[in-house]
Formats: sequence, structure tokens, C-alpha cells
Amino acid sequence: MQPVSRAALTGLTLGLSSTLAAPALAAAPATMDVTVTIPRLKVAEYHRPYVAIWVEKAGAPAKSVAVWYDYDMKNNEGTKWLRDVRQWWRVSGRSLRFPADGITGATRAPGVHKISFSRAQLGALAPGQYVLAIEAAREVGGRELLRIPFSWPARAGVGGRAAGKSELGAVSISFR
Amino acid sequence: MMMKYLLGFAASAAVAVLAAAPASAHRQWLLPSSTIVSGDDVWVTVDAAVSNDLFYFEHQPLRLDAVKVWAPDGSETPIENAATGRYRSTFDVHLTQRGTWRIASVSDGLVGSYELDGKTERLPRGTTRANLAERLPAGAVNVKTAESSSRNEIFVTVGEPTTNLFTPTGKGIELAPVTHPNDLFAGETAIFQFLLDGKAAAGLTVTVIPGGIRYRDQLGQIDLVTDAAGKVEVTWPEAGLYWLNVTTPRAGGGEAAAPQRRASYVTTLEVMAP
Repeated sequence: MQPVSRAALTGLTLGLSSTLAAPALAAAPATMDVTVTIPRLKVAEYHRPYVAIWVEKAGAPAKSVAVWYDYDMKNNEGTKWLRDVRQWWRVSGRSLRFPADGITGATRAPGVHKISFSRAQLGALAPGQYVLAIEAAREVGGRELLRIPFSWPARAGVGGRAAGKSELGAVSISFR
Repeated sequence: MMMKYLLGFAASAAVAVLAAAPASAHRQWLLPSSTIVSGDDVWVTVDAAVSNDLFYFEHQPLRLDAVKVWAPDGSETPIENAATGRYRSTFDVHLTQRGTWRIASVSDGLVGSYELDGKTERLPRGTTRANLAERLPAGAVNVKTAESSSRNEIFVTVGEPTTNLFTPTGKGIELAPVTHPNDLFAGETAIFQFLLDGKAAAGLTVTVIPGGIRYRDQLGQIDLVTDAAGKVEVTWPEAGLYWLNVTTPRAGGGEAAAPQRRASYVTTLEVMAP
């Protein structure tokens, strides 16, 4: 047993050092990938949640990077429920006009969704500590808010994760 | 520290006064369907009533004669679909502009007394400076009056809160929002300044009561008194609707005393969950 584990350990060590070494050579990451799980819920009346994603930095206004809502209803009626994404509405949504260029998107079905942002889109040009916030509110359902801290410059690979309990499933960020 | 101590003392003094005064039942309120609104073509429906429990319409409707609405740009907007039922009035407001709207019922009148045949009588309810002469019976002498102003108002914000409408009119008690009344969150502390006849007023009695009284044992009333700058701080214990009432302190002395300037202010506040 002993030699086998040692060999495995050695292999692991080698593997790790090579992945660690690689980013040092490559350019610093310029993109954040966000993976968002919308949970499948067993409810009598289901509507896809409204979801907002934004970036917070101490001393700076929040920056919205995505809002998924019913943007294609007649007379822009889907905007009526944006205020139910209430923390986002307070820090950013209420000052925007809809549909908001570059951040508006359709609601998403239950499942795993990946969305990518450039460093500029995130408003994370200055080095420092940031928080990615994601909030979901569902018609005739609940609301949930998750936060994942990150710093810039970022290291390639997984950057953080959070697990929702009701309206959101697993959410993670990674950099490349 | 000294300030805090003084404030605390003032607050307890005010509580004692309130306890000694006869229970002033029946609270007036305006209740909007929402205080924070998003969307392009939006409306709110407002219930208006006078009741003991907040916010249940179970006593009298609030008369809508004096209700006016101001859009964020200061223009006046008519109410729509107004109706008055047995226990409440209701009306709609079409929110055609972004920003903070004011919906208010404001009235001014006179309180006081006169003497007739050697007996002191109170001025009847509904007396105003305009109708004083006709309200007074022939032969009334030694007429003493003081102004009485009441303001019952709510705020509704479409998009971002604005403060255009908070320029004081200089009459009665008015709110000067240090914290915007449509930006309240549980666990946070809001600061409100109250003006009496346009000036920051110290010593006003401020009462804050959470809605939902029917389903709990304790009233949960918060008693405050405005400080030297006319300000109070309220830390919201939880999300929900709150009734806030501000009054000029009642002077002692009863019938014999000269009538004093009276004013009251009521607003309904919605505190959001963080």
C-alpha cells in the first residue's frame, strides 16, 4: 500500500504544481464565468424567477451586470415586478431604465446556466475586494440573495461558491 | 452622551404626559397598495380610514374631500376611482412620472373659545378663519382662537426616490427627510426631521406603531420626542408597515388657559426586509 500512495501523492503534487505554474505564465484572467443553478421546484404554479446579478465594492455604487426578467411582454409590463428583486432594486435597479442595454436577458428555466463577464463589464478595473451578488425572486414564490466575495486581480480557476436554499441552487464563479 | 441623556429624559417625560392624557382613540391613515414601484405605466390604490387597529378598516372611512396628489415635478394630479364605503374610502393614483409622489390630506382650522352670557363655550369643530364670523353666535365676546393644522400624507416612489416635494410649505407639521421615507429597511436607523410652521421643532411628540395590531398582544409602540434640531431616529425592528404620528405637545391648564397652536402629522411608512 505504502508505495502506491506515495506514487499517487507524487503524481498529485506534480499535477498541482503544473496547474499552479501555468497561470503564472499565461496572461492574468480577464473573464469571470458565473454558474447559476435555478432549482426545479415542485409547486402547483411555477414561474421562472426574476434574477439580478450585480457587483458591489465598498464606497462605490453597485453595478448591475445581468437582469433576467420578462422583458418581452407587451407595454413593457414585465418591469412591474422588478422591484420584487428588492435588494437589487434598492442598490441599482431603481436607477436604471428598462430594457437596460447590455444587462437585460430573458428569464431562465430550471437548470444550470453559465454566463460570462469581462473585467470591464464587472466594473472591476481597479484592483481590490469585490462582491458578486445574485438575487432571485419568483412570482407567487420566494426570494433569495447570495453573495460571493472575490478580488481583482483574480487567479485563474474557481473563485468562490455559494449554495442557495430555496430560490437559487449552487452558484459559483471562476476566472479565466 | 449628554445629548443622548437629555433626549432620553425628554422621551420619558413625554410618555408620562401621554399616559396622563385621555386615550386619544382612532387613528387616521392612508395606506397605498405599494410604496416602491417599478414599471412604465403604474398605479397605486390607496385605502383611507380612521380606525383603532392598524391597518384594519373597522370604524370610519376617511373623507376624501381634502386629499390631493402631487407628482414628482410638483404638479397636482387628480385622484381617480374614488369611493367611500361604510368603513373605508379608496382611490387610485396614476403614477405617470418617475420619482417620489406625495398623497396628502391637509386641513387647517381654528380651536378656541368664546364667552356668551357669562359662560365659556368651545368653538365648534370645523371652524376656520374663513367661517369664524358666521360660526360665532350673536353676542359672543372674549373670543380666543389658535390655529390647528393637520397633515396626513404618504409617499410612493417610482424608480429612484426624489426630494423635490419636500420643500416645506411653512404651515403645520411637515417632514424633512434626512432618510427618504421610501428607502426604509429593517435593522437600519432612519432619521426624520419635523418642522412646525417651516421651522425645525424641538419637543414634538412622535409615536411609531407597527401595523398588524390585531394579531399580537403588545402594541409595540415607539415613543420619541424631537431633539433641538427637530429630529428623531427610528431603528426599524422588523419589516412591515408602520404608522407614524407627530403632534404638538398638549399644554396643561384646561379651559381657562389661552388656546395654543396645535398641529398633527400622520404618515404610513413601509419598511422593507433587507
